[in-house]
Amino acid sequence: MIKAVMMMNTQGKPRLAKFYDFLPVEKQQELIRGVFSVLCSRPENVSNFLEIDSLFGPDSRLVYKHYATLYFVLVFDGSENELAMLDLIQVLVETLDKCFSNVCELDIVFNYSKMHTVLDEIVFGGQVLETSSAEVIRAVEEISKLEAASNAISLVPNSVSGWRGR
Amino acid sequence: MEQLKTIGRELAMGSQGGFGQSKEFLDLVKSIGEARSKAEEDRIVLSEIDILKRRLLEPDVPKRKMKEYIIRLVYIEMLGHDASFGYIHAVKMTHDDNLLLKRTGYLAVTLFLNEDHDLIILIVNTIQKDLRSDNYLVVCAALNAICRLINEETIPAVLPQVVDLLNHQKEAVRKKAIMALHRFHRKSPSSVSHLVSNFRKRLCDNDPGVMGATLCPLFDLISEDVTSYKDLVSSFVSILKQVTERRLPKSYDYHSMPAPFIQIKLLKIMALLGSGDKSASEMMYMVLGDLFRKCDSSTNIGNAILYECIRCISCILPNPKLLEAAAEAISKFLKSDSHNLKYMGIDGLGRLIKISPDIAEQHQLAVIDCLEDPDDTLKRKTFELLYKMTKSSNVEVIVDRMIDYMISINDNHYKTEIASRCVELAEQFAPSNQWFIQIMNKVFEHAGDLVNIKVAHNLMRLIAEGFGEDDDDADSKLRLSAVESYLKIISEPKLPSLFLQVISWVLGEYGTADGKYSASYISGKLCDVADAYSSDETVKGYAVSALMKIYAFEIASGRKVDVLPECQSLIEELLASHSTDLQQRAYELQALIALDARAVESIIPLDASCEDIEVDKDLSFLNGYIQQAIESGAQPYISERERSGMFETTDYHSNDHHEVTSHALRFEAYELPKPSGPPEASTELVPVTEPSYYTESHQPISTSLASERESSEIKLRLDGVKQKWGRPSYQPTTSASSTPQQAANGTTTHSDGGGVGSSSSKPRSSYESKKPEVDPEKQRLAASLFGGSSSSRTDRKSSSGGHKPAKGTANKPATIPKDPVQPPPPDLLDFGEPTATTVAATDPFKELEGLLDSSSQDGGATDVMGLYSDAAPVITTTTSVDSLLSELSDSSKGNSRTYQSQTSKGPNSKEALEKDALVRQMGVNPTSQNPTLFKDLLG
Repeated sequence: MIKAVMMMNTQGKPRLAKFYDFLPVEKQQELIRGVFSVLCSRPENVSNFLEIDSLFGPDSRLVYKHYATLYFVLVFDGSENELAMLDLIQVLVETLDKCFSNVCELDIVFNYSKMHTVLDEIVFGGQVLETSSAEVIRAVEEISKLEAASNAISLVPNSVSGWRGR
Repeated sequence: MEQLKTIGRELAMGSQGGFGQSKEFLDLVKSIGEARSKAEEDRIVLSEIDILKRRLLEPDVPKRKMKEYIIRLVYIEMLGHDASFGYIHAVKMTHDDNLLLKRTGYLAVTLFLNEDHDLIILIVNTIQKDLRSDNYLVVCAALNAICRLINEETIPAVLPQVVDLLNHQKEAVRKKAIMALHRFHRKSPSSVSHLVSNFRKRLCDNDPGVMGATLCPLFDLISEDVTSYKDLVSSFVSILKQVTERRLPKSYDYHSMPAPFIQIKLLKIMALLGSGDKSASEMMYMVLGDLFRKCDSSTNIGNAILYECIRCISCILPNPKLLEAAAEAISKFLKSDSHNLKYMGIDGLGRLIKISPDIAEQHQLAVIDCLEDPDDTLKRKTFELLYKMTKSSNVEVIVDRMIDYMISINDNHYKTEIASRCVELAEQFAPSNQWFIQIMNKVFEHAGDLVNIKVAHNLMRLIAEGFGEDDDDADSKLRLSAVESYLKIISEPKLPSLFLQVISWVLGEYGTADGKYSASYISGKLCDVADAYSSDETVKGYAVSALMKIYAFEIASGRKVDVLPECQSLIEELLASHSTDLQQRAYELQALIALDARAVESIIPLDASCEDIEVDKDLSFLNGYIQQAIESGAQPYISERERSGMFETTDYHSNDHHEVTSHALRFEAYELPKPSGPPEASTELVPVTEPSYYTESHQPISTSLASERESSEIKLRLDGVKQKWGRPSYQPTTSASSTPQQAANGTTTHSDGGGVGSSSSKPRSSYESKKPEVDPEKQRLAASLFGGSSSSRTDRKSSSGGHKPAKGTANKPATIPKDPVQPPPPDLLDFGEPTATTVAATDPFKELEGLLDSSSQDGGATDVMGLYSDAAPVITTTTSVDSLLSELSDSSKGNSRTYQSQTSKGPNSKEALEKDALVRQMGVNPTSQNPTLFKDLLG
């Protein structure tokens, strides 16, 4: 099962982090920092795999890929295949690329919720759900279409006084 | 007016860049992105939190705004700041009818809350409603939230709806419903145990995506319970067959591979189902063979499938053809330039090596390249491989390499792991005890605080018990070499505490045993230790106990003891120590020095650490004294229970109280811990590791000492509890092999001291001298790692716990497939190959584990004992052969093979040697195996 998906830039700033088992915020930060410190010490042209039992407990592996200013990181256990996970990152990036046409770090920062939508279509509760980027894009587009439709109505902000009830 | 402005801004944002966020958020992201330091970033985030807190409290926040605030909350929480003040707003947003807002709400709560959070209760109702929604996107959003937010208690609330969704018309919903059920199963298997059949049903879903999703829960279920899913083997095989034959729609192709992720999951499941099952494995052979042919090894995903095939083949019952195909795939991996593929190749090699050990030999140079690769991951994986293929012929090279690597890394976690592996290998395959002690010294020196304390106890016991044979001469040689090495090391600064404990113990026991070193020399060293590590009470305790032993031996042998001034001052310092344990020891030492030789000898007999100690738990030796006291008018002793019984009649409430106090006053040392367990003394070797226990167990003595000092009964008392001070023994079961060693201790073995270090350092030093010329060096390494693989298998078998030692003779004719050009003499062949097949199937470490288990079951011995009782025969049976093997590795350049000093320990050792030499020759001989490769290397 996949334990976590992370994206961080080359300075170690997290851009997206999703843990499939609940972890307190401090622990998440510690893990993100830990992963980054390992990643940034890796030389160029080495393998994309890491065994990081020290951070995530026994039988944890990590696959990462470095794109321009971003690291894409997947953490998972022994029930997944490393090479396949590497391709899952590829799927994710390809999908994002199609969604944002030439994805860059800023797209990820500013489209936080859309990023999560895309990710949720690919990885669901720690399991790989869909690996065809065309399928993912179709699902995401459908969602955004429906959202846009409901948005059109709510663009005029109707103040709900009931919200202050609590 | 404000609202109008907001609309205006939002419209403007909409057209600008398409990010759809407000300027504020953009500014926030930008300023955080430009922050120079963590402090600056924190400052920005904190002010943002202030703003958000204020905004969220404002009346009538427009929903659109609210959505953005919540995204901002998610963002600041991702940066590591607490956003809990806004959780309630996220929860409220899930109630919204607007899909966009609802999804945002769900996203935020899944990121904010854990399943046990108080606010979950407010969401469950919404989830229930949403699961019934007509809009499948709402259903999907709810299913998504379920995975994260539902705990064991709330599963029943949503379970019926989720089960209904398994038949939803949209495949996306069916998929997610299966995943949600899977999640439930992970969280609480009992809650969905009655629904497991649904997974089987969904395996036949029309939509391949749903079928693929079902494989995930099935994988989990099968790995928990293989037998009840054997009937599915044929289904899985036929699904895989259909997938490989491209029966799935084109849309499932990925990089022109048909549904690779489904293939991988299927292969993983088949590996589980096929392991140890002949009929299941046979069903799989066909499709696996097809896969090897069809897989496109030029793409990443194709290699992923290939690797998965290798894994599967290594798990199911082996098939020669498939093994060959797997070996071929592995060699492709290893030859590739990609580190990822090399990694997979090494991993695959590690898996296959269990089945066909010869496979590693073809790839020796590739493996050594990986070992020297700058890539740390690859290096570690290679060490793992070496660890798996260690045997007594190559243990020295491998452990040396491991230790070098261990010294070079800083990662404590991995350091611990590799240290424990070194120890394990050294314990299992050590060619000689001297070598073992040297390796242990290195491990302790560089990772002393990281290794398990049991390792230290094992080492001490090895030194105390020696070979376990009646070879006292060798034992005392071993001890002398240990003492010498420790005296050399002891003055180095900053040794780990555990190592110092071992050193102190050994010096105390054997420092003066053979008369080479004087008592004052050793005690001076011990005082230095206590002085230099004055903050470490455990070490000080060990040092004082060691001093006590040294003086006791001196007194017992009739020599006059003059306590060194620094030792005297140490004792005085410790008499006033805050630690009761140290104080106790100091008093005891002081008391002991004043005693006469006869008494001392019975308190601390010479070299008795391996002897059993009878615990007189009734304290019968005191009977005379008690009798005397009663006769002279003393009150008879009333036991605790009787006394509390008396109280019971007057006050019921005091009963409980008394139970408590009686518990607190119990003197544990006089009780046997368990009726069947080893005597208390068996844990006594380590008195200081648990100071509380130690002091507790000594309490009775100290009180009796204090109260009755004047009655000069001390001798008698100490006699009765001598196990506290005498050399502790281990375990009654091992005592059979422990021999009376007193006689041997007296003999002097100075001349052998030099040979100790050289025998084990020889292979290494010669190897290092070759360093400048890279290729021959690698070859040598390869030869020492891979050569003699089959010959030494007998050693390994015998070392893995005496598993049918007669197996080596049960031969059947076979040939070494790798080397048709140079067929070795037939008798050697007979010897080598069949053992390879018989032993290969069993993982020695598994066997060791099994042995450990069994030994800890019977007789209640602790793990250490179990390990040792295995390890003892290992060392005894392999030593003579292996020390010769290591010599041979030097002479493998082609020099004369010397069989000098072979003390035929076993019937097979000579044969094994010849075989070994032959294989070694082949390993470095350019005409064999892979001529071109070697030609290239040699120029």
